[in-house]
Amino acid sequence: MAHIQLPEGLPGIRGPMAFRPETSKPLNELAEVLLRSENTLTRGERELIATYVSYLNDCFYCQNTHGGIAQHYLQCDISHIDSVKKDFESVNLSDKLKALLSIAASVQKGGKFVTPEQIEKAKSFGATDIEIHDTVLIAAAFCMFNRYVDGLGTWAPQGRNFYVERGPRRAAEGYAGLDLYK
Amino acid sequence: MPYIPLEEHLPGITGLLEYRKDTAEPIRNLTQVLLRGPSTLSEAERELIATVVSNGNACRFCTNAHTAAADKLLGECDTTKAVKENISTAPVSEKMKSLLTIASQVQQSGKAVTEHSIQQAKQEGATDLEIHDTVLIAALFCLYNRYVDGLSTVTPTDPEFYHGLAMRIAKGYQRLPQGYDHLKKQ
Repeated sequence: MAHIQLPEGLPGIRGPMAFRPETSKPLNELAEVLLRSENTLTRGERELIATYVSYLNDCFYCQNTHGGIAQHYLQCDISHIDSVKKDFESVNLSDKLKALLSIAASVQKGGKFVTPEQIEKAKSFGATDIEIHDTVLIAAAFCMFNRYVDGLGTWAPQGRNFYVERGPRRAAEGYAGLDLYK
Repeated sequence: MPYIPLEEHLPGITGLLEYRKDTAEPIRNLTQVLLRGPSTLSEAERELIATVVSNGNACRFCTNAHTAAADKLLGECDTTKAVKENISTAPVSEKMKSLLTIASQVQQSGKAVTEHSIQQAKQEGATDLEIHDTVLIAALFCLYNRYVDGLSTVTPTDPEFYHGLAMRIAKGYQRLPQGYDHLKKQ
């Protein structure tokens, strides 16, 4: 049971978002800009960063929601997403994305964990300043979203297929103007 | 040295918010609603939550900035010092102690928030909205602190800088319509 009285029937972040529309508007707008707007990182790559950070924060709802969306964009199966979580270095991803995932993992621990060597490595594989900026901010944003979802004790559907099935819809409709009840 | 090119006259978060204005806008709007919008928690109380979380994350820029903002709103410097040292003995209400405890748990992890600390807050009269906002303010500062330190932004050491910043953010978190060129050194 959630720590506060939230509108019923809404899983994960949707409960607190329906509870407080004034804050859900900028939260969704931030997700929209970071994860869906024009960018040299693909939507799939950005969702993968979100998924990985949510996994490291052990947030079941967020890692499965964004894993489901990433799976849709990347046209892969759930085992590929799980391999990234388990050991992204051993997965067939670009060197640039691996370097960015490593930066995201450091941000999850704390901002000071990001090292100049990690940044240099990402740049040597072609990462731009904006891509590095966005990786840090996506990782930081999910340290917020994950804490919001778990800090209020929200509930989450346990079957992972629920999230896989919902991925295409979220990918198509985006985050801004999200109808919490659909 | 920051990891990405930021304007030298804008240290800490201020340069990041100007670097990418399209991500800055929703972050500023969220902060404005949470810290300056209508609430049964005072602006100073909400700044104390920001201070405690930033201090827990060892983000010196954010800790200094929100300490200065809370000091300005409270008109004294003792309370911020005390909450950073020990919440349970700080000169704040029992309700605030329980909310600051929840904020400290959020700082560690969402899952670290205990049923006991929530019950404690409710017993001391905290409303669901106050608990919600405490959790979201704490979570938001886990974003800010990582953003500021993760890109290795500059942390000024001159207290005068934070005094000036506190004067600005006491009025609100929206971007100044004229921008920040006036802050460039003459």
